[in-house]
Amino acid sequence: MMKPTNEMAVSFLSCSANESFGRAAVAAFAAQLDPTIDELSDIKTAVSEAVTNCIVHAYRDTLGVIYITCKLYEDGRLSIRIRDKGCGIEDVEKAMQPLFTTSENEERAGLGFAVMESFMDKLRVTSKPGKGTTVTMYKTIKRRQAEKNT
Amino acid sequence: MGVRLLLKDGEMTALLSGEIDHHSAREIRTEVDEAASKVKPKRLTLDFSGVQFMDSSGIGLVMGRCKLLQMWGGSVRVANLNPKIEKIVSLAGLNQLCTIVKDVNYDEAYE
Ligand SMILES: Nc1ncnc2c1ncn2[C@@H]1O[C@H](COP(=O)(O)OP(=O)(O)O)[C@@H](O)[C@H]1O
Ligand SMILES: [Mg+2]
Repeated sequence: MMKPTNEMAVSFLSCSANESFGRAAVAAFAAQLDPTIDELSDIKTAVSEAVTNCIVHAYRDTLGVIYITCKLYEDGRLSIRIRDKGCGIEDVEKAMQPLFTTSENEERAGLGFAVMESFMDKLRVTSKPGKGTTVTMYKTIKRRQAEKNT
Repeated sequence: MGVRLLLKDGEMTALLSGEIDHHSAREIRTEVDEAASKVKPKRLTLDFSGVQFMDSSGIGLVMGRCKLLQMWGGSVRVANLNPKIEKIVSLAGLNQLCTIVKDVNYDEAYE
């Protein structure tokens, strides 16, 4: 396992007003990899999905803390871990299926995990009912050295 | 986040702007639904020209308005998506549910 070259951690309360803060914080950290606008938009969207899930599902009807840790590796890989100590997920595999939602009448599309999966390179979800959920996502930002040197 | 509503000849347009997530979708929904339920437009255009960011909460927002308009036989169309928003819209298959149009300007929209 490679050692990270840089790392950051933020935690914040699960108010819906913090959804934009969460994705902006990760985007600001990822900016040092010089990502394209499209790569940055993919990252922001995936983070927004995971943070929203903590607010809407994990801490439903309560307030709790959302923990984000980001790591950068020499090869341009970015890892983002988003963790809550909320209600947890009974059946992770089922929860990750596109269109599956437990919030049928709240206009959730059931696409959060599908978006994280397709906008990032890799997604890992672990959860314990009653304990909480950890979502880890990876994306490698391609170097654009050649462009810069010209 | 903002919404501007336009009304003409029984058609309603909602000009959306800013970032659409679960937090802002709530405000947009309240504003659009309040007006739409009164007017019962035969067509609602959700215009995304001013939207810089949208996650799957925006998909839920569009789906919910489709359901609402169906209550009186109206339809929803989605206009002026930038490429980033188009990516999530096509992942969600929204084209199965409503019309997606490009480059709508307002004279044209009300012809
Ligand atoms: N952090 C979490 N804590 C508890 N349950 C979660 C969490 N994230 C996702 N879930 C569960 O997984 C389901 C699917 O999530 P997602 O794909 O984002 O769709 P949606 O949020 O629209 O329901 C949710 O409806 C919820 O039941
Ligand atoms: Mg979700």
